[in-house]
Parts: sequence; structure tokens; C-alpha cells
Amino acid sequence: MSELLLPPEHRYAKIIQEKLNEDGSELSILNLGPTHPATHGIFQNILLMDGEKILEAEPTIGYIHRAFEKIAENRPFYQITPLTDRMNYCSSPINNMGWWMTLEKLLGVEVPKRAQYLRVIVMELARITDHLICNSILGVDTGAYTGFLYVFQFREKVYEIYEEICGARLTTNMGRIGGFERDWSPEAFRKLDVFLEDFPVAWKEFENLFERNRIFIDRTVNVGPISAEKAMSYGFTGPNLRAAGVDYDVRVAHPYSSYEDFEFIVPVGKSGDTYDRFCVRNAEVWESLSIIRQALAKMPEGNEYHAEVPDYYLPPKEDVYHDMESLIYHFKIVMGEIPVPVAEIYHAVEGGNGELGFYLETDGSRTPYRLHFRRPCFIYYQGYPEMIKGALLSDAIVILSSLNVIAGELDA
Amino acid sequence: MSDSNIKMVAPPEGVVGEGFFATKLNDVVGLARANSLWPLPFATSCCGIEFMATMASHYDLARFGSERVSFSPRQADMLMVMGTISKKMAPILRQVYEQMAEPRWVISVGACACSGGIFDTYSVLQGIDKVIPVDVYVPGCPPRPEQIVDGVMKLQELVRSESVRRRSSPEYQELLASYNIK
Amino acid sequence: MALENTDIQDKLVGTFGESAFNFQQERDIFSFEIKADKNTAIILFLKNDPTLQFHFLTDLCGVHYPDNDENHQFAIIYHLHNWYENKRIRIKAYLNGTPEIKTISNIFLCSNWMERETYDFYGVNFIGHPQLKRILNMDEMISFPMRKEFPMEDAGRTDKDDRFFGRTTINS
Repeated sequence: MSELLLPPEHRYAKIIQEKLNEDGSELSILNLGPTHPATHGIFQNILLMDGEKILEAEPTIGYIHRAFEKIAENRPFYQITPLTDRMNYCSSPINNMGWWMTLEKLLGVEVPKRAQYLRVIVMELARITDHLICNSILGVDTGAYTGFLYVFQFREKVYEIYEEICGARLTTNMGRIGGFERDWSPEAFRKLDVFLEDFPVAWKEFENLFERNRIFIDRTVNVGPISAEKAMSYGFTGPNLRAAGVDYDVRVAHPYSSYEDFEFIVPVGKSGDTYDRFCVRNAEVWESLSIIRQALAKMPEGNEYHAEVPDYYLPPKEDVYHDMESLIYHFKIVMGEIPVPVAEIYHAVEGGNGELGFYLETDGSRTPYRLHFRRPCFIYYQGYPEMIKGALLSDAIVILSSLNVIAGELDA
Repeated sequence: MSDSNIKMVAPPEGVVGEGFFATKLNDVVGLARANSLWPLPFATSCCGIEFMATMASHYDLARFGSERVSFSPRQADMLMVMGTISKKMAPILRQVYEQMAEPRWVISVGACACSGGIFDTYSVLQGIDKVIPVDVYVPGCPPRPEQIVDGVMKLQELVRSESVRRRSSPEYQELLASYNIK
Repeated sequence: MALENTDIQDKLVGTFGESAFNFQQERDIFSFEIKADKNTAIILFLKNDPTLQFHFLTDLCGVHYPDNDENHQFAIIYHLHNWYENKRIRIKAYLNGTPEIKTISNIFLCSNWMERETYDFYGVNFIGHPQLKRILNMDEMISFPMRKEFPMEDAGRTDKDDRFFGRTTINS
């Protein structure tokens, strides 16, 4: 364990000595993580403690740094979706769609309305699973294991819908430039209907279990609050910012994929504490369900699921065997020989945890010159040490899980 | 008890007589160990989410005697490494493995833990078998919960047939020595 | 009243003269270049000016241009966002071969880690940063991995045979 002991020149050592000289009280250092079971994911925090109270925290990150941005500079554009999957793996379709939309912005591809609505549906499903995991795990951390087991069944249902759409459960790698790789099967829509029927009942029960629960309220109200100004300065976005009372939502500020066609409320909290974050996520799940229903109701007739852009959209495999032109397009796309303009693009989507941005710089070659992911977790996790200052150790765990920091997104 | 649907594991081969049952010690120990493996989930990324699904109501790993997820390496039998292990993480993984008491088994879940997966980069360890010995590899990116359950069942087979003396055998000592683990 | 590109340009040119230049609308984002030594003054101005109000730092990242001339080897890119007017801007500051730029972590708290990440990837020295050390990679690392000359793959790998990946011409 020697490598975990702090060197004598560390600032904690100074603080401890000062405090000891001042009034003889002994502070201690606690190493939380990186594999602590209560922190879901790998985060290391070296805490300076006065008994049970946290005085300071020093986070270390990078334990699953996988060099996404370096890989992205060496891969053709369509091979980058698998990387986006593995960033925020709780809501990978949002990341996939965000990446395709960035490329569509770059290439000037217009996506048909029906495909846009399908995208909205799958992105909102992803948001539901993301919030579902976060809130149920928050329940586990406050001692309510039941809620977790109960709603996790419905996450499986969403995964079944994903499987119908793209064949994969978690790392979906869904979509193409201009739409989807195939039309959604009738089975997907049927499963979606069943989900829309059953899930609200369970989610209502889940809410009832927590929202007025004395123990849960005692554990979360006024735990880890953050003011709106502080949150904005720390770059918070998404539910965590909205819990602090700022109604910023990329879906509203810069609508993409026809979000302007739908009516929904952007729920906001007041104090930015753990309870508010929980409630904002709960409310967003209801809004997501409403958006999905609206999208299904407004869905244009027909079976159009991708834009007619043969330069970028892979032809059907059968045609590749019989049709000269399809074979050429197929070859060009797979070899990454598609024409790409030289440009700088920034595109943002509202990910599960906030503004997920893609900054893409191209030089006309088959790979991005530079691709930077604006990862919301990475940015707002900076606020964590300040949020847990003065909190109890057990509260630090609850605050961490209510922030929904996803290690894959944090470390890229 | 006839209307209960509790399934019992079959007893090992042996001689049954009136009031006694004789079998090999190896088999009994193996049977007991195999059906009460305490997992230590070392979940770092995506595969950890699938492990959550494996533990949760739908797939329920508890059916295989792994009800108690042990978060302390000192009291775990089965280290399940799920997700990318970066070079920064590798010493910590090794430390966790060294803390585990014998007998200990390792399942490497997912392409990243097995071989580095799609992350063939400067920061990622190309397979955890570079730092610790692995018993079962589960492929997939991420593997489905069924695959994780299958991996656990494969490990149960290994455990069931393992000799009680294996851990003190020279081969095993040599294996640990090759990883520089004392 | 929406915030127009020309308003931003006029204000900046009026206050900083030639330190802000190359204004252009790039797709949906208004972008311009600044002189690297004026970065804190310009960003502070953009944040505090009552009509501009670019109060949110969306993103900060670096880029490496090894093929450019000596004074344009690296770039730092800032994305700012004004939520009142819902306007994004992109600011680009070019740096030379020994990249140095003043930190903006006292203006936006969130830029602290973004600057550390940029330092980690490109070795850009942010002058005045409170804790400029590696964030994602190991502290022991000596090179800067996102520079173009740094190889993506681990040089020490032994498990993959180059012949099967088309990475060698010797095929025996």
C-alpha cells in the first residue's frame, strides 16, 4: 500500500500539521477508490477527514483512459460509432445519433422526417434507461435494493427493443449517415407499445417508493447542493444543472432531429441537491415517455428510414453482388474514399448527462483530423470535491451516484 | 417437499449404502466450492453494466450460488474482471488479486479484459493475462448476460474437478512465479 | 433583439484592435482567431460585457498542426455560449512550437480540467494554472500522446503479429 501514502510535501500533510499545532485535533486521510465498491465505476478520491466529516477531496481520474480521440484520428468516419457507444454506455444510442448528426451537418445531408422521428424515439428510450440506472442505483446506495431490482426488468425490455432495431443490447452501434441501417421491424414497434403500456405503471410505483420516503428524503435533501452560478461555472449541463434551477437543454436551445415538433417540459429543481437531481431525472423520464408517444402519433406514413445519399449510405448487400454501381459505392464507402469537405464542425446533443458535443475538424482525408468529444461527465465531475466539502463520508457516495458520473465518459 | 421446485445438485460418484455414502474428498470439496463461489466484481466499464443485468432480477446469477457479491477481495473466490483495464489500472488489479485468499479463480469478461479489445492504444493493457493468471475468458463486446452466466458455469466445472492439492503443486507455484506473484 | 455577428465583431475590434481577426461564419458557428497573448483579456471581456454575455465555456481543446509554419504549430479552441441569446462562438488561438498560453481557469472554473487534459495530450503549458499536471495518463509518461507524431498503438505489444495486419511488407 506504500504508493497510496502521501508524500510529505503534499498539501494535506501541511494542513494536518497546522491543525495539530492549532488545537491538537488529529485529521486523517482516507483513500476512497479507485475500486471502492460503493463508487460505481473507478474513481479515486483522496479525502482529508475530520472524523466522519470530509474537509477536502482530491480526485484522480484516468483509470480507464482508452484514448478515444487518438483512435478517432486513425479511423474512417463510420468506424467511429463503436467508440461513441463505449463513452456513455448507459445511453449509447444518443451518442451514436449525435455522431451521425455531426457527420450529416458536415456533409449537408438532409434526413427524412420519419427517420428523424425514429431517432427521437430511440434517443428518448436511451434517456429513460440512463436515468433509470442512475436513479435506481441511487436507491441502492441509500439502502433500497428493491427499486433497483424492480425497474431493471424494464431496462431489459428496452434492450429487447434495441435488439429488434440493431441487434445489440448495450453497445448498439446504431444508424448510418442519413438514417438507419434498416427499417424498424413491426416487432420493434409492438415491443415499444408494450413498453409504453407497462413501464409507466412500474415507474409510478418506483416514484412512490422514493419520493415521499422518510429515509430517502433524510438521506438526500440538502445533501450536496450546488448553486446555479457555481454549477454554470463548473460547466454543469443536463439534469444536474437543471436540478440547480437553470433550464438549459440542448434539445430546446438548438433543436436537432426535429425536437422542435414535440411539446415537452424541461423540469427544473431548486437547490441542486441530491433529492432535486433525483426528482429532475424522474420527471424527465415522464417527459421522454410523452415525447415517444408524440413521435409515434406524428410518425409520417411510409417506410422511409434513410436519406437518398448513395455517396455515404451503404447500399443493400444484395445489390452489391448484382449491381455495378452499388458495388462501387460499397467499395468507396468501406475503403473510406468518400468525398469530405474541409471544415470545422461543432454539434451537440442532449446526452443522458448533459451537453454531449462533437468538435470535428477535417482536412478532406478519410479520417478526422481532430475529433474532440465534449464529455459532460468529465466537465462536471470537477465540481464534486467542492460539493462534498463538509459532507459525511456516506453522503459523498450518494452525491457521486446522483451525479451519474460514467467512468467511460469521464476518461474517454 | 415433493411440491417444491428447489433443484439440488447431483451428488458426486460414490458408494451408497444404508446410512452412509462414501466418495472422494476431492469431489465433495469441489462440489461445495463450485456451488458457493463468491464473486468479486471488478467492473470498470461497459461490461460492468451487463454484469449488473446478470446480477439483477432477469438473469439472476444467484441461481448459481453467487448470491453474495463480495466487495472485499479478502473474502472472495472468483475475481470477475469486467471492462477495459488501462495501464494506470493494472497495478491496482494486481493488488486486488494478491489480496485474495487461495483458492482463487479469475474470469476475464469482455474483449477488453481478454485482449484489449478494440482499444489497441498506448494507454490500454492488452489483456489482463499480462498481469494476473486467468481461468476463463468470456468473449464479446460486451458479452450478453447469458455469456457471462456461461462463463461462470464453465468456471464451476473447473472448480468442481480441481484437485484439493493443486494450489500447492509445483506447476501452480511456477505459474504464480511467472507472474511474479508471491 | 438577437445578437448579431457584426455586433460581436465590432465590439471586439473596437476594444482589441488587431488582436481579434479572421472573423467568419463557419456553418452554424461564428468563429474568429485571436492572438494567444490576449486570450484572457478577450475571454473576460466576452464574458462580462453586458451585451455579449458569453458566460458559459462549452469546450476547450487543443489541435496539433505539425505541417504548419513555426507560429501555427498548435491551436487552442474555445467554444463559448451565450444562453440568453442562444449564440455560440468559436475562438481559435494559434501557438508556436513550444506552446504556452495563459490559463482561463480563474475565469471559468470548468476550464481547470480541460486545460489539464490539453496539457496531458499536447504538452501545452497553461501559464498560471493552479495544478498543471497529467490528468488522464500516468504521471510517469514523458511524451504527449495526441501529438501527430506519437503512434497510436502500444510499442511494447507482443501479442499481435504485424504480418496479419498489413503492417509489414516482409511476408515470411
